[in-house]
Parts: sequence; C-alpha cells; structure tokens
Amino acid sequence: MAKIDIGPPDYRNFLPPVIKENYGKWKYHELVRPGVLKHVAESGDELYTIRVGSPRLVSVDFIRNICDIADKYCKGYLRFTSRNNIEFLTDDAANVEPIIEACRALGLPVGGTGRSISNIVHTQGWIHCHTPASDASGIVKAVMDDLYEYFERDDLPGKLRIAMACCLNMCGAAHCSDIAIVGVHRTPPVLDHEIIRKGAEIPSLVACCPTGAIRPDPKNKSVAVKEDKCMYCGNCYTMSPGMQILDAKNDGLAIMVGGKVSNARSYPSFSRLVIPFLPNNPPRWPEVTEAVRNIVETWVKHARKGERLGEWIERIGWERFFTLTNIPFSDKCIDDYIFSRETFRTSAAFKY
Amino acid sequence: MPEDRKTPQLDELEKGPWPSFVTEMKRAAAKSPAAEELLGLLERSYEDKIGHWKHGGIVGVKGYGGGVIGRYTDLPEEFPHLKEFHTVRVNHPSGWFYTTDALRTLCDVWEKHGSGLTNFHGSTGDIIMLGTTTDQLQPTFDELSEAGFDLGGSGSALRTPSCCVGPARCEYACYDTLDMCNNITHEFQDELHRPAWPYKFKIKMSGCPNDCVAAIARADCAVIGTWRDTIIIDQEEVKAYAESGMNIQREVCDKCPTRALEFNAETKELTVIPEDCSHCMHCINVMPKAIRPGKDRGATILVGGKSTIVKSAFMSWVIVPFMKMEPPYTEFKDLIRRIWEWWDENAKTRERLGELIYRVGMGTFLREVGLPAVPQMIFRPRANPYVFWQEDEIKK
Repeated sequence: MAKIDIGPPDYRNFLPPVIKENYGKWKYHELVRPGVLKHVAESGDELYTIRVGSPRLVSVDFIRNICDIADKYCKGYLRFTSRNNIEFLTDDAANVEPIIEACRALGLPVGGTGRSISNIVHTQGWIHCHTPASDASGIVKAVMDDLYEYFERDDLPGKLRIAMACCLNMCGAAHCSDIAIVGVHRTPPVLDHEIIRKGAEIPSLVACCPTGAIRPDPKNKSVAVKEDKCMYCGNCYTMSPGMQILDAKNDGLAIMVGGKVSNARSYPSFSRLVIPFLPNNPPRWPEVTEAVRNIVETWVKHARKGERLGEWIERIGWERFFTLTNIPFSDKCIDDYIFSRETFRTSAAFKY
Repeated sequence: MPEDRKTPQLDELEKGPWPSFVTEMKRAAAKSPAAEELLGLLERSYEDKIGHWKHGGIVGVKGYGGGVIGRYTDLPEEFPHLKEFHTVRVNHPSGWFYTTDALRTLCDVWEKHGSGLTNFHGSTGDIIMLGTTTDQLQPTFDELSEAGFDLGGSGSALRTPSCCVGPARCEYACYDTLDMCNNITHEFQDELHRPAWPYKFKIKMSGCPNDCVAAIARADCAVIGTWRDTIIIDQEEVKAYAESGMNIQREVCDKCPTRALEFNAETKELTVIPEDCSHCMHCINVMPKAIRPGKDRGATILVGGKSTIVKSAFMSWVIVPFMKMEPPYTEFKDLIRRIWEWWDENAKTRERLGELIYRVGMGTFLREVGLPAVPQMIFRPRANPYVFWQEDEIKK
C-alpha cells in the first residue's frame, strides 16, 4: 500500500541553483520590460524571470510544452505564480529573448508585471462546479482577449487585478480585487421535497440560511422558504440539492470594483458592487467585456500615476466614479445586508 | 473526437490572442473520451446557460477523509464517461516551484489514470487533476505517492496552506514563507487529510505587507511578514533615483499614508520619522534599490478572513502584531492549536472562525485563547459603553 501523509515534496529540491545559492540574499529587483524581472543578489548574481500568461485549465501536453522550454533554457526548473502565470527563471541574460520567442511560438503572452493587468484568477464555472451562476474560463478568456494589450504593457496608473468567481462562494479572493466579476443568482430556490425528505438534515438546512428565510415544514417532513427574505446566496443549495438555486433565465453576473489586498499606501479593501446584474451571454459575454473595458479605460484616463482603481475612486469620490463611467446608480448599489450602516454617507460633504 | 460532435460556441473561444482553454480541452480530448465528452457537456451548458454537475458524493482513497471531490454529471446517459468525473487535489510544493521531471511525472500519472486535464493551479493553491472515475482514484494516489506527492485538503478540514515566493526570489521577504508553509503543512497532516472541524480552515503566508497570496482576504489565519524597527535607507541610491528623474516628493513622500518621509530637494536626502512609519511597503515598492525593511523581522498574525458566504466577506484582523517566525515555529503552532480547539468547541456547523468571533465577541476570543488586548488590533475603539464586565471586575 502507498505511503500516506507524506505531505508535499520538499520545495528545496525544486529550486534552481541560482536561487539555492542566493536564497534570502536578494538585494533589489528591476522591471526590465513588461513581463521580465531582474533580481540582483548581494553576491552580484542575477536572476531573470520571464512571466507568461496561462489559461490555467490546461492539458498535460501544455505542461510538457512549457517543460520543454524550461529544459532548454532554465536547467529544468520553473514555477507558477499565485495568479496562474508561469515563470521561467534563468541566470543567463542571453536566454531571455529565446524564452520569449519560445513562448510566442506556443501562443503564450509575456507580461503581467508591474503596472499592468495580470492574469485573472478564477473558479471552475460550468466546467466542473455544482453551484455556478455562470461559466468562469469562458468569461476570463473573453475579458483577457479584450484587455490583451494591458497584459503586455506596464504603463498603467497602477497594477490592476481582476478576479472571476462563478458564485458567491468566491473561491479565489474575488472580493478584494480591483475588478471582480461575480456570478449571481436572482431567484429563490425551487424546492424538491422528495430530495429534501430523503437526504437533508432539516435543522442544519434551516440553520444555514443567513436571513432566516428557511422554516421547518413538519407536515411535509421538509422545509418552506419565505421568499421575500431570501437574497439568493445559494448556501442552502450547498446543503441540499433539493434547494435548486440554478436558474438559466435569471442567473448572471455582477461587477464589483475597487478592492485590493496589499497594505501599500491604503488599507486592504473590499470590492464594491457597481453593476448589480449583467446577463449570461456566452460564448463571449459582450456586456461583461464592455463593462470591464469601460471601467479600465476610465481609470487609465483619469487616475494619477501610482493610483490603483480603488484609490483613484476614493480620491475622486464614488459619486464622481458613477458620473465618469456613465454606470447607472440605483438602490441595488446601496447595501441592505448586515454591515450596511458603515457604507452610508454620514457627512454633508460630497460632490455633484 | 467523434466527427459528429459540434461545439460552435466553444470554437468561438479558440479565437483571439489570449491562450485558449478550449484548445487545451481539445488536446486532452484527442486522448481521453472523458475529456472529449467534457467539450460536449460544456457546449451544452453554453446552450442551456446552466451547469450540469450534481452535488459531490463521498469518494476517496484509503486512509484519507478528503483530497478528492466527487463529481457526477446530471446527464449520464448522454455523457457516459462523465458519469463519474472526480477531482483530485494534489498538495503543491511551497512557492509553486517545480522541476520539469516532477511535472512530467505528474503528467504521465494523470494521462494514464485521468482525463489529462489539469488546473495549474486551483484557487487555494493545489495542483488540480480534473476528472477521473472512482476506480481510478486509488491507482492515481498510489502512483502520486510513489512520486513523492500527497493529497491536498478538502471539506471541513485544514486546506492546503500556501505562501508567496518569499526569500527564494524576493528581497522584501521578512521571514521564510516557503519553509514555514512546508513545515506547518507537514506538521498538520492529520488536520489536512481527515476533516473533523465545523468547516474549512485556511492558512496563508505572505512575506511582506504587499501580501502576494491575498492572505488577508481569504485565509482564516494570515501570516504577513513585517518588521518592528525602522526602514533602512541608502542615500546614494536615493540620489540615483532622484537623478534618474523620479519625483520623490510626489511619488514617495506625498503617498506615504502617515507622512513619515521627508525629502530634502537640495541635498537629495530622504529621512524617515521612525515612530510615524506604519510599515505599509509603499516607499520600498517605489524605490526597491534605496529602501529596505528593517532588521527586526517577523510576522503579524491575523485571523477571520473569508469570502462572502454566509455573513458577508471578512478580512482578517490583527490578533498578534508581531511574532518572530523561525523554525520550528513553536509559538505559532501552539497558538493555532489553541484557536482550533476553541473554534471546534464553539462554532456551529459551517461557521468560519471569523464568523464565530464576530458572534461571540473579540473579548471572549482573546480571553479563551490567552492573548492580550493591544491597540494594534483595532482601527479605533468602540463608540458605545456596552462592555461585558467579568465577574471578578465587579464589587460584590
């Protein structure tokens, strides 16, 4: 029988020699060009990183292709980033151009460093999840096709991080991104009492509802939903497949903006909802790509150097953001859930 | 691929400059009937605008309570190879560094036993092997184990810890994130592989306050590198930045959130008011050659982060402003064990740590896990006098 609990392989065996030798002794880095970093160690050793976009959902042959590049130019080492980019690492400046050429030959973009739009972190969507309100890979492909130039240039006001989550579980920190594309349901669950009776633990199902919309229905040995209290989070559907939340006619996407995780300058912050609903319009989701492009271009045009999207909006004010982007404001953008009060303007100072 | 399979909507997503996941699915489909059917199922979702996967059932490998996500399509007659199409989560090495040998081995295992489709990587950090049948799970695991890999976390367990690139390639790293991630993952194998808690628990490690793994947003426990003393300024390099045309006053000093930096335009000297610095990283990010974190380095421990489901998204908040982070990380391990014990005892089903603390109060949490209250934990004190006094604080 195979050994269990051996844990992950030791990363030390996977570090290229130049990193092993200079581990913890890096002095500074430079952005050589979009997609290329140069790190210099105390010893004077240099390390070049070539950052490359990936669709994340890849075949084993794709992995073998990038291994071929790493074998040829990087002594058989490579790494991935937290945003699903591939990084080729070499201590030889002469390898940089050939690596870029090899990536181009595979159709892989080089970029995503510095003040650019990096790869979109995203979830499974219709490919492999049971609660999605939308696809994820398809929207990401459509948005990155549309914003491709911004991956390959690094002269934006600041870095811009986009995330895509196909439901409110938001696997992947969509809630603290410069722009978050989030799958949303808009109708209460449709109950299948047979499935609930057979498989659900009624008290847990009742308790799981954050707004208290689910009541026990002892007569039916099932539950009942007070529909006007439901805000379609889908938590109950995760608890029981008898609480069907997927709705082909009404599921779609919301756009949230202005979040970040870095502590630099301003505190980490949540993304805020500015577009409550856009339709699911596969295969290219034009309403979504257009909405994202509008926000990006308005920010690029108006923000000062060094301002991330949320920092720019906080400086000019959200009322100005809605004016400049021509995004219609409605009561749907005003919070009415648990932590709403802190978002209300308790001041008479604002702009027109 | 069968000649009659038409995927006009997905074909549309092979166009355009960004690399296409559809092309990748087709490459896998050339070798795997399940991957071929996945194209058909996804095309159907694009037509129907709805997902076609049922809730997961309990599947797994011997000795483990998690690491495999059961997945079954709701259209098994039409897509028989997707009747069972389970995900295997494989614990990635710290920092996502690989040798091509290791990656090729993973590819061979997955081509033999699964669909040949993968995610490099999943949101939590694992290598995701997407789609195989129940009877192939054990053989997949056996070969992975043989190759030195192990499963990641799933369900109400510790999820696979992850970390930033850290000292391997970043001069900002204030502690060894890769070592700590590797160390605690090995320490907590039981918590990772045998779900026994109220809900999931995530630990993420970032080497500095730039937080490149988004620990503060999505980890129940975020370990974020920092320093207690003063930033180190190299005046020669400051001059070089100034001479290269950088507007240091505007780009560095004016953007310092606490106005802790002063630039003398005549002497081209940059000075810091140490007690005013909040260790945010801005100046270091803009002038990496001229400014470095201080020498008294460690990490801030924050807890409570999670996404929207159920009671809104929470960001992690400070519970220990500064802790030295050196192997074997005993102080951290003791603390996290106390936190787990309290959470496990007190949380409702599917209640994350942050939601429990929000429900019962920070005061209770701090007393129960034995941490002193300090001002670094809050942005500002409460605006009401509704204090829960303890019995020994009241005159009898």
